[in-house]
Amino acid sequence: MSVSSATNLAQPLQLNNAAATPRSNDMPSLLLPPKASSFLGSTRKFRPTSLSHSSAHRRSAVVAVSEAVKKKKVQASSNLLITKEEGLELYEDMVLGRSFEDMCAQMYYRGKMFGFVHLYNGQEAVSTGFIKLTKKEDSVVSTYRDHVHSLSKGVPAREVMSELFGKATGCCRGQGGSMHMFSKEYNVLGGFAFIGEGIPVATGAAFSSKYRREVMKQADCDHVTLAFFGDGTANNGQFFECLNMAALWKLPIIFVVENNLWAIGMSHLRATSDPEIWKKGPAFGMPGVHVDGMDVLKVREVAKEAIGRARRGEGPTLVECETYRFRGHSLADPDELRDPAEKAHYAARDPITALKKYILENNLATEQDLKAIHKKIDELVEDAVEFADESPLPPRSQLLENVFADPKGFGIGPDGSYRCEDPKFTQGTAHV
Amino acid sequence: MGLSRFGGLVKGLGVARRRPFATSTSSSSSTAAGGGTIVRGTGSKSLNLYSAINQALHIALETDPRSYVFGEDVSFGGVFRCTTGLADRFGNQRVFNTPLCEQGIVGFGIGLAAMGNRAVAEIQFADYIFPAFDQIVNEAAKFRYRSGNQFNCGGLTIRAPYGAVGHGGHYHSQSPEAFFCHAPGLKVVIPRSPLQAKGLLLSCIRDPNPVVFFEPKWLYRLSVEEVPEHDYMLPLSEAEVIREGTDITLVGWGAQLSIMEQACKEAEKDGISCELIDLRTLLPWDKDTVEASVRKTGRLLISHEAPVTAGFGAEISASIVERCFLRLEAPVARVCGLDTPFPLIFEPFYMPTKNKILDAIKSTVNF
Repeated sequence: MSVSSATNLAQPLQLNNAAATPRSNDMPSLLLPPKASSFLGSTRKFRPTSLSHSSAHRRSAVVAVSEAVKKKKVQASSNLLITKEEGLELYEDMVLGRSFEDMCAQMYYRGKMFGFVHLYNGQEAVSTGFIKLTKKEDSVVSTYRDHVHSLSKGVPAREVMSELFGKATGCCRGQGGSMHMFSKEYNVLGGFAFIGEGIPVATGAAFSSKYRREVMKQADCDHVTLAFFGDGTANNGQFFECLNMAALWKLPIIFVVENNLWAIGMSHLRATSDPEIWKKGPAFGMPGVHVDGMDVLKVREVAKEAIGRARRGEGPTLVECETYRFRGHSLADPDELRDPAEKAHYAARDPITALKKYILENNLATEQDLKAIHKKIDELVEDAVEFADESPLPPRSQLLENVFADPKGFGIGPDGSYRCEDPKFTQGTAHV
Repeated sequence: MGLSRFGGLVKGLGVARRRPFATSTSSSSSTAAGGGTIVRGTGSKSLNLYSAINQALHIALETDPRSYVFGEDVSFGGVFRCTTGLADRFGNQRVFNTPLCEQGIVGFGIGLAAMGNRAVAEIQFADYIFPAFDQIVNEAAKFRYRSGNQFNCGGLTIRAPYGAVGHGGHYHSQSPEAFFCHAPGLKVVIPRSPLQAKGLLLSCIRDPNPVVFFEPKWLYRLSVEEVPEHDYMLPLSEAEVIREGTDITLVGWGAQLSIMEQACKEAEKDGISCELIDLRTLLPWDKDTVEASVRKTGRLLISHEAPVTAGFGAEISASIVERCFLRLEAPVARVCGLDTPFPLIFEPFYMPTKNKILDAIKSTVNF
């Protein structure tokens, strides 16, 4: 079965004919060409995935990449998508993400952390759905909204919190801050303040994994790379350049678009000629998939397939996750522009509540189990805050480290010793 | 009132000349950040920097029907509120949001300008200007030159908030002015206060050359001044002596000037009389004013937030040494940011603070 699906995917698929898309139920107008004046972007209205689907329908509305998975969907209404352990793991990860971000907001308003902090509330299903299927050696490249990606990947909450507080025990030794979470151990390649900057980096990481497998003959090296970015980034040149390169060289990378409809204050619909980002995949020769990003199980199904493809060497996939951020763009954003009805619509589809419902309805676990998870996470987050509070700030001598590979790149001072070793050096002006 | 139409009678202005068309109604001197001698005002209001810039943009759009303001998030007012009210007043055909592609924004602006429009492109943070660097340096700066003056993109003005803000970190605090000063064909202008910003911005928009206008983001709310409500312009390529002195000349721009001013006041207590110059236009910069001042004092200190190596201070230092070598009593001092990427947690150590400047003043004077 997997062989036939592999050959099916070799050409760019005419994926997602109208009947299969979740939004097509109430929107035949999507297929009409846009009206003449598209000065302000697309004239198409965005109809978010309807709330009225029952859970069985929800599962079958996943637009999957391969026929194999599609077939499975039709029969699967009686099988559960996850086991108890998996369910609890997913639940715990999402709750960790949510609690951590809420604690970040508290700490920010208390002045313990500063700078520009961007929170991920509401989008946990995407992070959990994808990253929980990865191995430790797989790489993740994120954006400035990267706390939860790092946590899902396995970076300890203590390290992330310390990094946010700017302490020396943070994952980047306090030098990166909120927007630049890196972890060599867990292969988190950052944390990029600049939109789209991470995508070429992810493309390079994917290339290196493919190279190791095919040229250096490390047959077990099937590491994939996940590149996360937003809807605004899908209009940026770097994105298109990398789609081309990834498809051209069949790199093991998955481009995950977290389409939360807003780029600070700019609505995706008014900024994009064709707001359906998944369509950009086939234009470059890779499958493009749209999935409901508020439902972790759907995301997980799509992720399984996309990651499987990449591991088998079949090339990249573009996955558009329709999701929503419950808070403003950053903690400094008053979030006045978004329609309260839209916010309410998505708040009702909170991924954590949805998964909880699924777990309880299918008797995968009890309320006790879930409460225990909440308690555990609360303690974990509190512990992280305490740890961060008690950690020391980086010493001043760290200021000149890591600029060059050799901090002695700052040369020799007038007294004959290395400049970087002179404590007075950082008081004056540090010349190269 | 010198409302110079774009492409109007601007005699004798070549790229080589530093003094621009002097159509401004102001005598440019305002001797301190507070007072102003901008003439012929009906009234003035106390405004902060973003409001002054907002006023300038309103006036620019009012006076030229073929001017446009665009960039990321400008319609609701922008992340710093500089463009509030413009979309409502002038319509979204003239004030509009662009997608998130700086290269596209600037390139598109060059195209608009080449067809005779005034394009005011906003780059959300100066740190994000680098994707557009290619378009600015390779296209905007060279357009007139390589088309033999058939086309030009003088109508292009790029506005970007630059500089440290206390918590910006690597990508919300950079000062990239030096990169642009290295491209002949461009002008680079940096205001220090609301009154200056309004006048300079209007001059930049109406100047027949592409201009990069850096706004010190730290001062958006902090700097408040009486700003005349009418349309006025301040001359480009003219530096301003904002504090007279006899012992040492200090040169700076933007937000750094307020730090330097504090250092000057402290130095005064030690009997050192400092002359402080605001360069205002970095490219082409007013060498004559700085030279005259150094001839008076014999010492020079330059301060800027950008890293010291190859910052714009290096250009000033080299030029002044060429011109005033025998007059100089001490080496030219540069008190600038360290040669590291702009740090997050270490920002207070990185910045050229008042104490660092004070130390340098003293050691220069006592050389």
